Amino acid sequence: MDVIYFAWVRERIGLPRETVDTNAATVADLVDELRAREPRYALAFADMSAIRVALDQELTGLDASLEGVREVAFFPPMTGG
Amino acid sequence: MSVRVQTQDFDLSAELATMRAGRSDIGALVTFTGLVRDMAKSGPVTEMELEHYPGMTERALEQIVSEAHERWPLQDALIIHRHGPLAPGDQIVLVATASPHRHAAFEAAEFLMDYLKSRAPFWKKEHGATGAQWVDARESDEQALSRWTKS
Repeated sequence: MDVIYFAWVRERIGLPRETVDTNAATVADLVDELRAREPRYALAFADMSAIRVALDQELTGLDASLEGVREVAFFPPMTGG
Repeated sequence: MSVRVQTQDFDLSAELATMRAGRSDIGALVTFTGLVRDMAKSGPVTEMELEHYPGMTERALEQIVSEAHERWPLQDALIIHRHGPLAPGDQIVLVATASPHRHAAFEAAEFLMDYLKSRAPFWKKEHGATGAQWVDARESDEQALSRWTKS
C-alpha cells in the first residue's frame, strides 16, 4: 500500500511517500512495523498523540483496520485557515 | 464550484460579484478573509509555507461545505484556500456564505472556518530569523470546533 507523510512527519522520516509491503491488520500494527525499521521512523512516531491518520483520504483512528485500504497518510494535527 | 485550493491569490470583490450575479434573493453575504500575520510566538515571520494533502483537502472542504448547507438555509457557500509559500500580509483563506438572513450567514461562516482550521489537511510552517518552525495546533481551535457538536 502507499504510505504518505506530511509536514514534520515527512521531514523526520525523510521522504514524502513510499510503497510498503505489509500484513499489518490495523494502523497501530503498521506503525509498530515502521518503528521497528529504523530510528527515523521511531522518532517520527515517538508521540502518537501528535499523529493523525487518514485511510484513503478519510480521517480515522489508530485502531482502524487496513483491510482494502490503498493509501495511508500520517501527519501532525492540522493547522489550516 | 464552491471549493478551490490554489497557489494564486484571490480577489474578494470578484468572488462576491460572481456569487451575486443574476440573482436578487440573497439578503446577507458574510465573508471572512484570513491573512498571514508578521509575528509568531517565536518572533517575526518572513515567510509562511502552507503544505496540504492534494485530493483529501478538496474532499474535506467539500464535506464541510455540504454540512453547512444541511445546517443552515444557505443559498451559496464558497471556500478558497491557498497553499505554497506566502508572505506576511498575504491572503490565505476566503470563506463566503450567502443566505436570505444574516444569522445563518454569520453562523455558517464561523462554522466553516472553525471546521477547516482543524479538519482540513493543511499545515503551516513559519520562517523567521531563527529558522523555520511548524505551527502547533491550538487547543482553542479544538474548543472552537466542539461548540458545533453540542446539540
